[in-house]
Amino acid sequence: MKRMQSNVRRVPCGRTLVAAGLFLTLSGVGLAQNESRPSASANSSTADSKEVKAETTRKPSFSAAPSYGIAQIQKINEEVRRVWVDNQIAPSPPASDVEWCRRVYLDVIGRIPSVDELRAFVASRDSDRKAKLVNKLLTDEAYTDEYARNWTTIWTNILIGRNGGLDNNTMINREGMQKYLRDSFARNKPYDRMVYELVTATGGTAPGAEDFNGATNFLVMKLDENAAQATAMTAKIFLGLQVQCTQCHNHPFNDWKQQKFWEFNAFFRQTRSQRLGMRREMGNAKLMNQDFPGEGTPANPAEAIIYYEERNGELRSSFPVFVDGTEISRSGYLSECDRRTELGKLIVSSPYMDKVMANRMWQHFLGYGFTKPVDDLGPHNNPSHPALLDYLGEQFRYVSHDLKELIKWITLSEAYSLSSRIVKTKNDKDDPLLGEQPKFSHFYLRQMRAEELYESLLVATEAHKTRGTFEEVERQKADWLRQFTIAFGTDEGDEATTFNGTIPQALMLFNGDLIKKATDVSNGSFLHRVAASNIKPEAKIDYLFNAALSRDPTKDEFKIANALLVARKGDGAAALQDIFWAVLNSNEFIIQH
Amino acid sequence: MNFLTPTGMTRRHFMSHLAGSGAAATAALTFGHSLRAHADELKKNRKSAILLWMSGGPSTMDIWDLKPGAPTGGPFQPISTAGSMQICEHMPLTAKVMDRLSIIRSMSTREADHDRGRYYMHTGYTPNPNIEHPSYGAVLAHELVDQRPELNIPPFISVGGGSEGPGFLGMAWAPFVVNSNGQVRNLDMGMDEKRLMQRMVALRMIETGFIEQNRGSAAKDHAEILNKTLNLMTSPQMEAFKVNKEPQEVQDRYGTDGFGRGCLMARRLVESGVPFVEVDYGGWDNHANIFNTLSQGPQAKLPIIDKAMSALVEDLTQRGLLQDTAIIWMGEFSRTPRINGNTGRDHWARSWSVVAGGAGMKGGLAIGATNSDGTSVETEPYTSQDVMASVCKALGISLETTFTSKSGRPMKIANGGKVIKELFA
Repeated sequence: MKRMQSNVRRVPCGRTLVAAGLFLTLSGVGLAQNESRPSASANSSTADSKEVKAETTRKPSFSAAPSYGIAQIQKINEEVRRVWVDNQIAPSPPASDVEWCRRVYLDVIGRIPSVDELRAFVASRDSDRKAKLVNKLLTDEAYTDEYARNWTTIWTNILIGRNGGLDNNTMINREGMQKYLRDSFARNKPYDRMVYELVTATGGTAPGAEDFNGATNFLVMKLDENAAQATAMTAKIFLGLQVQCTQCHNHPFNDWKQQKFWEFNAFFRQTRSQRLGMRREMGNAKLMNQDFPGEGTPANPAEAIIYYEERNGELRSSFPVFVDGTEISRSGYLSECDRRTELGKLIVSSPYMDKVMANRMWQHFLGYGFTKPVDDLGPHNNPSHPALLDYLGEQFRYVSHDLKELIKWITLSEAYSLSSRIVKTKNDKDDPLLGEQPKFSHFYLRQMRAEELYESLLVATEAHKTRGTFEEVERQKADWLRQFTIAFGTDEGDEATTFNGTIPQALMLFNGDLIKKATDVSNGSFLHRVAASNIKPEAKIDYLFNAALSRDPTKDEFKIANALLVARKGDGAAALQDIFWAVLNSNEFIIQH
Repeated sequence: MNFLTPTGMTRRHFMSHLAGSGAAATAALTFGHSLRAHADELKKNRKSAILLWMSGGPSTMDIWDLKPGAPTGGPFQPISTAGSMQICEHMPLTAKVMDRLSIIRSMSTREADHDRGRYYMHTGYTPNPNIEHPSYGAVLAHELVDQRPELNIPPFISVGGGSEGPGFLGMAWAPFVVNSNGQVRNLDMGMDEKRLMQRMVALRMIETGFIEQNRGSAAKDHAEILNKTLNLMTSPQMEAFKVNKEPQEVQDRYGTDGFGRGCLMARRLVESGVPFVEVDYGGWDNHANIFNTLSQGPQAKLPIIDKAMSALVEDLTQRGLLQDTAIIWMGEFSRTPRINGNTGRDHWARSWSVVAGGAGMKGGLAIGATNSDGTSVETEPYTSQDVMASVCKALGISLETTFTSKSGRPMKIANGGKVIKELFA
């Protein structure tokens, strides 16, 4: 209230162009009505009051979060709560229905809900409606494509990076990688099966190749320098063991020795890749196994030894030994021992595989894993919730590595249901940005990934209904994403993204092509359709807010919208364009909350 | 966009209207610059730093600390310089300006992994899972920006690479990353400013509403970035990015490759008052075929840095800016003295070199020494913290400066590093 008045006081010194249309309108139209209700600044917008209602109807008692009759959810809730009690903090109230709905769409299928989807969820008074929505997103055929697309995006970035398959000299076929992943996620292939296939793959990288096997794209470019990258990335991604330092020396913080790196490395030494095509074309290669003679002189494949050098120059040797000490045959003959197949079996039987995936999934949904980084489960890196991490790993194995089960447990847990609003004196100490381990007593804000933004803009503008094939869309998206990728110029292909909440990203959302398209008002565009529809003007504003923010506008936001309509001299489409631009550029849109 | 200032009004005045309008008058949303109202009262500090970041870890014993004749020495020969030291024969132009730069030859660090080394050399701290430390650019920009109220473009600019993040100082101190062509994407809104400002009013209302719901600092950080973005879109200082406005002769002197253009842009940015510019030049991860990569062919790395670095030092000298501009040349670590089976060198952090000069740091010196085959440091070893402390001293930033992380943990600038005294003797 006070703030609105102070705005008006500022208007008189508005030789500014801004004041002319907008603020005069505010003072004329807005304020009179404004007296009767508190303003947004008094902390009770329409969205707020809705939330308060939700709280009172579903009392989130500290002791009785719903577990939907699922034992794992109950256990998760208990373990998370125990840490609250130990740290003398209390959780935030639950998120509102619309917030939770937006959250779960974004995290499970990689985009925000459409207005119809949102309204359908809110309309349901069913006490099981959350479980039903999660089930729907996971199992309804209508969502299979989007589910698979989302997890394909995530895993493509994990396995080959944002740049994998996009360089001129690459052997990686990004589409091949995606095809493999998409098939796997669409069929809900058990995770252990996927890991086994990725680690043991042979065949062609490119779709269309006779022996095409998209899983080969994971390793095909990681075999240089005696497969150092294959060794480090396999250990990190699938076992949560960071061994890259131990290539050259013993680990600085734990007792992993250089020997371990080279023992693990020995599993990859029967593997090689070969470029295919007349002109060694991009993204066309083959990953294969062959007998490994060892590095000894004379060669002795039956006892295929490898050598590495210690820091002091001393030469050491090794044979394949798994991280838990399991030795396999020393033979380099494939007919006697296929080393990668043995490695695949050992990895899928390791509890580390279960834990690192549980940790990764928890991080995906809650914003932080139990360890940071999420793929470092080494002995020097204490988890925030060790018992829960162990438990989730065990249970993941118990359900035969069914990813959808894991997703269900996490998304229906109490921690995932909480509001992102921090409550003073209750849980304001729980902020991992303060260097504290996460306690999950409120939902942590995080920015959408670039791919999520892209998909969400399509949905917000209802352009997803008329999109092209998966490959076409992925290509367009990849082109768009490239503007954000920065390579670090190292042999390990380290990379970063400028899609990280900084100025280039803000400029893209202010002025970029994607946003221009989303706010287009020409014939047939989304905004044109909204503007031309015969619903009331207020309903149009409502629609735009729901399409992007999954909530109704506040009274003040309505007023601004009205003012913009006046400023646009009654051109409804242009005013909607201004409003939608503002909505899409807001923190509330891009921050998962 | 060519952003005309409304008649009869300064841009800042115009902005101040916006800041106070549209239900957006909270501290969180005031324009960055209005927070610096007292800037004029502060003592003016015009100093800047340029970090030439050699991503991948260059072999400094092939560039700055040669060991001719040693089994580890490699094929390159040393040449004399304008300073008291010798450097690699493939750096003849730089040799002529070495009276203004010094080589710290007794660097000894422990991080030999790219990510960890990059973090450590940029922050003075080893990576820690519980806290993210601010990098050079964020720290120096944070300390110096208050004294440049006229600066409308970001105070921490990284050319051609990602640098390292702002850590607990928050995304408002993140590097502004541009490519070496100086083209900043999506600057043009294609709309008159009146309408843009009206949109901003609506945006600020939504933005503020969300911040006030107390969901965590990310909401407020976003608003700060919006302010900076608007500042940038409307600033004539954006001209500084346009290296192609320089005479062709100047461009040629720096070299027309990415690094040359980046160094030229760094000079232009420093002239515009930007306190910290990083120019990234990767491809030093020479596990194989190192000597050819460094010296042979049009892409050879040493001639490229030789040209750009020497032109930068010369230009800054001529313009009287070198006395206010620190130059630091370094990578995340160096490479093994031992030459491996692929004629390459692997990662090595135990004994290596960093180059520094300008802003009052003494030039022409070789500080510290390694042993005869380059495998160990024979004099007092220096660390990332020490380099950072020295740069801070050169820039007039007190080493007593303490940051408070969001958790309230006090952290000393440069992690308590000690000034390398020879640089200031």
